[in-house]
Amino acid sequence: MNDLWIHPSLILIVGAMLLPLIPARAKSGFLLLVPVLVFARTLMMTQGDFGQIEFLVADPANALTLVFGRVDRLSLIFGYIMSLMCVLGTLYGAHVKEDVQHIAAWIYVAGSIGAIYAGDFIVLFLFWEMMAFSSVFLVWFRRRKESPAAGLRYLLVHVAGGLALLAGMVLHCNAQGSWAFNQLDVQHPTAAVYLILIGFMLNAAVPPLHAWLPDAYSEASFNGAVFLSAFTTKTAVYALCRGFPGMEILVLLGVIMALYGVVYAVLENDCRRLLAYHIISQVGYMVAGVGLADPQTSLGQLALNGTCAHAFAHILYKGLLFMGCSSVLYMTGETKFTELGGLWKRMPWTFVFTLIGGLSISAFPLFSGFVSKSMIVSAGFEQHKLWVGFLLMLASVGTFLHTGLKVPYFIWFGKNKPRQEVVDRAADPPWNMMAAMAITAGLCIFIGCYTPYLYSMLPFPVDYHPYTAYHVSETLQVLLFTAVGFFLLVKKLQPEAKISLDLDWPYRMGGRAFRWLASRPVQAVDTLVGELYRLAGLVPLMITARLAGRFDNGVVDGVVDGLASGVRGVGRRLRAAQRGQMQENLMLAFGVAAVLIVVFIWCSSRP
Amino acid sequence: MSLVKLIEFLGSHLRTVVRVCVALLALLVVVDAIPGVVDKEHAHTQAEHWPAFWAVFGFAGCVLIIIVSKWFGHAGIMTREDYYDE
Repeated sequence: MNDLWIHPSLILIVGAMLLPLIPARAKSGFLLLVPVLVFARTLMMTQGDFGQIEFLVADPANALTLVFGRVDRLSLIFGYIMSLMCVLGTLYGAHVKEDVQHIAAWIYVAGSIGAIYAGDFIVLFLFWEMMAFSSVFLVWFRRRKESPAAGLRYLLVHVAGGLALLAGMVLHCNAQGSWAFNQLDVQHPTAAVYLILIGFMLNAAVPPLHAWLPDAYSEASFNGAVFLSAFTTKTAVYALCRGFPGMEILVLLGVIMALYGVVYAVLENDCRRLLAYHIISQVGYMVAGVGLADPQTSLGQLALNGTCAHAFAHILYKGLLFMGCSSVLYMTGETKFTELGGLWKRMPWTFVFTLIGGLSISAFPLFSGFVSKSMIVSAGFEQHKLWVGFLLMLASVGTFLHTGLKVPYFIWFGKNKPRQEVVDRAADPPWNMMAAMAITAGLCIFIGCYTPYLYSMLPFPVDYHPYTAYHVSETLQVLLFTAVGFFLLVKKLQPEAKISLDLDWPYRMGGRAFRWLASRPVQAVDTLVGELYRLAGLVPLMITARLAGRFDNGVVDGVVDGLASGVRGVGRRLRAAQRGQMQENLMLAFGVAAVLIVVFIWCSSRP
Repeated sequence: MSLVKLIEFLGSHLRTVVRVCVALLALLVVVDAIPGVVDKEHAHTQAEHWPAFWAVFGFAGCVLIIIVSKWFGHAGIMTREDYYDE
């Protein structure tokens, strides 16, 4: 099975290494060629286990096989959408001149695709960490004064999550005797399983491990945010689908996530932070879907299919929304609702594309979210978890309220008058950004209108029909009456120039507390010890020194002076006795030595 | 540009646009209540058979989310923008 199976991540990594060597004329062609090759590679994949490497063969007892290419229906659909998003994201940022930005993004995507095709925990962990360490550059490359700190926080949180995953997988493999990454025992979870779950949950941004996401994504560079919005959380959703289907607690956590993101989105003044909170909300549907999933039953399969379908649709519409808001950032330099408003005349197409993203995420009929989200909600209702169904419907209300209405309204319409230079700079962005948005928007509508495209890729056969009269009527009522509520209460929704505290507060202020601890109490103890030392050590020392000085002046000097004059006197007399003859001096020395030896022998021979 | 003209046109006839929207909403609720058009056989709960159930759900949910979130935000979660600056 080892004969030349080309890993798609390898194409990306080699492409990233070659990029700086490509002459400027050929660069934009090369930038598009590599992701397209990767996409073509994932399209041509057949199912099976590939890329197997024998590892630690010197010790047969511990030898293991690393599996780089576990290709089945679950990894195929995720690999497909990740490589497709890589094409769109690269096209969106293709005009960026700095090679390292593309290199960071490609290695990040390579990490995500590698984790998806990984068949064992070691390979999974390798690519998992590759994602964290490459994606942080997408935050740093914005090069604001806030960027280094935001990136470092992001990295530290992911390192902590990676450590939990590492600890869990080592414990798990020690107990199981195998490094294979398959469905874990979610009915009787051990500490190892919980640690792995924590590692996955952190990357999926499940509260309370979610605060890194809005913190980092809103600080990312304009095209970096488009990549970030797709890969980390959805790779974690894949890992949850693979390892944790049917884990009961994920249903509750998923529903909490879906509503948590909605509440914070109401308060948010920064459009990209708002979108980041809606990633949390949308991933909540997927996490709940994983909790409802069961590969053995048809309703459980519906939930797992729904999770994969929603991840697929989500990557596209969330990418589109981030492209829209990042275009506003790129052109005007602003992302705050209080600094924007009334831009429809200046960037109308960006408005239309963002609106399509908003309608897709809100699950409007004929848009992509409609055919994917409803599978998870149906699975909740049909498994007689009514609270899941109704609360997820409530989260849908919030989704349309913010992403479908608030974002387009307060950027492109609204009463707010932005500064004149913001208006002057505003215009639809360069052609490649427009093209990426147009293609993504087209895909969102295509998925919503032609369901077999998405449904035929799902892991299990699909027996679900979203376009029933009842479902369409139900959705339209919920969404359109949400719009009524929005326009009646639009005054209450006026953005406020404030930030909202989230659970990054403990570690942001915790870091500060540590520094305070270092600067205040530790410093105080240091000062105290210094003072004590001064009082207990230095003062007596000074007194002794003063006394010693007096003694030195009076006594020692007197003695020394006396001695010195004594020596001088002896010397004078000796000089008179000496005549400088070597023999005489030697004889004197030997004489003294002989006397000393005799005295010594005499002393030692005494009993 | 035609897209800008379209938005301009809609904006200048805002009153009519709003009227048409309200009429469509009413029509939607009425159509939903006709059993021959919308088959509610697959509804999961009894409540869903009430006319305009999901319309009320959408509106009430929207109001609830706004009020609860704003209350939450003003209870100390929202703070000045330079909070984390030093």
